[in-house]
Amino acid sequence: MKTLVLAEFDTHSIKPATLSTITAAQQLSSSIDVVLVGECADNIVEQAKQIVGIDRVLVANSDFKTAEPVCEVMLNMRDEYSCFMAPATTYGKNIMPRLAARLDVMQLSDIIKVVDEQTFVRPIYAGNIMATYRCQQPQKVITVRPTAFAAATAGGNASVEMMDIAEAAVSSKFVKLEAPDSARPELGDAEVVVSGGRALQSKENFKLIEELADTLNAAIGATRAAVDAGYVPNDYQVGQTGKVVAPKLYIAVGISGAIQHLAGMKDSQVIVAINKDADAPIFQVSDYGLVGDLFEIVPELTKKLQQRRAAA
Amino acid sequence: MMKVLVAVKRVVDYTVKVHTKPDGSDVDIANVKMSMNPFDEIAVEQAIQMKESGAASEIILVSVGDKKSAETLRHGLALGADRAILVNTSANRTESLGVAKVLKAVADREGTELILLGKQAIDDDCNQTAQMLAGLLNWPQATFASDINADGQSATVVREIDGGLETVVCPMPCVVSVDLRLNEPRYATLPNIMKSKQKPLEELEADQLKPGLEGDLAPRLELLKVAPPSQRQAGEMVESIDELVSKLVTAKVI
Repeated sequence: MKTLVLAEFDTHSIKPATLSTITAAQQLSSSIDVVLVGECADNIVEQAKQIVGIDRVLVANSDFKTAEPVCEVMLNMRDEYSCFMAPATTYGKNIMPRLAARLDVMQLSDIIKVVDEQTFVRPIYAGNIMATYRCQQPQKVITVRPTAFAAATAGGNASVEMMDIAEAAVSSKFVKLEAPDSARPELGDAEVVVSGGRALQSKENFKLIEELADTLNAAIGATRAAVDAGYVPNDYQVGQTGKVVAPKLYIAVGISGAIQHLAGMKDSQVIVAINKDADAPIFQVSDYGLVGDLFEIVPELTKKLQQRRAAA
Repeated sequence: MMKVLVAVKRVVDYTVKVHTKPDGSDVDIANVKMSMNPFDEIAVEQAIQMKESGAASEIILVSVGDKKSAETLRHGLALGADRAILVNTSANRTESLGVAKVLKAVADREGTELILLGKQAIDDDCNQTAQMLAGLLNWPQATFASDINADGQSATVVREIDGGLETVVCPMPCVVSVDLRLNEPRYATLPNIMKSKQKPLEELEADQLKPGLEGDLAPRLELLKVAPPSQRQAGEMVESIDELVSKLVTAKVI
């Protein structure tokens, strides 16, 4: 089976989510090509060709930023592949179902396990249930939950081919991207994540989370309730309807542990919970729990970590 | 002025904790509370606000499912939609691709300019139908909207993506899927609930809409089994911040 992986990348690098997708692809396919669609600088192409386990890097150098033309690029290769895969990030989620419909294929979204070439596990009901599906369609379209698969490593030497590109007949037009003006690592890639919940009580109080995060060079996350309440933007949301993260250290502050949130972080290596309610479900999944008032604990924890860092 | 089509799905209420059937063949949803998918409610609210501002002329709701989906459509009518279409199917499990094909047939029949959907349903969490529908119609798409500004010519949409907020312009007709922060859905008032009973709700079989559609609704994927997720072991409680810091140092995570 030949698989085409749609790579997500920015101006600096291939996204780690792409590397995880390639690992998943290796579990069901012996031949994998990677396609880059967009402004493909030399450093990106160079990184892509070094990914271990892929045959070819196909470069569709273009100004394509919206789903419609990216979908067309892949449709032009529809006869060459029996499987199309992408990371289940907002990038992959946006493009792949459109492709699936054009191929008349029902997509498998957000898989967390490859059982065999036709059988896959994916979470449903906000991560409350794991469902195993068999897919016997002649072609497959799959998005992959990045945190469920290790990243493919560098050290390979795939061949590179430039592709002819054509515009999509109809398309939305990209206007602008407002990226958060922050030196913090991205939520999906960070080694440490500090998240806050509704118990923070206000947008202003989220500063406590920011200070702790900055001390640890961490990304900031939040629960859906905190996002709903307007304390932080939606792109901070960790959970089944937001981002799924699996950092080395996840610190949950004032988070009760709703299942929809747990679905987004329970694969973290070490989980710390700080909550005033000793019965909060978050303590059921945490490695280290501390019961108490977050407004006292968090500033003191930040101070102690700063002192530790200054002493080091 | 635009005709707006909003697709809504009847799902297990978000407050219900679902369980698997004893034989693990599927989720047990007998006798649990059902509601409109929360993301679809946001789509309905968007359409109502567009009608209130004069941007939309008519709001048509559509749902694909069994006869009980009529309740979900009535709720949408009580919120402020003008009329509703229920496409009946006997399929006990529907998939995004089949539903997208039905929605395309409805869009073709109604001649709508804008189609709004929730970004995902909270039962199967697929996040596919809007994108699939846009692909089948070959219309532009804008997913995960946190702001929509539409006139008869185009829709300017702010999208919530991993890297921040992306603005795109979609020429009409187009498909937009909505995210959590677009708006806060209103509640249905009692007078509006009463009024909604007089609003038209058309029920038809998939094959009446377009021959062959019922076949399109047959699932492509085979659900082999469902199971609860593996549980993470609870760890230990620490008594102080100093103890926490020393544990984290020992675990080599700070």
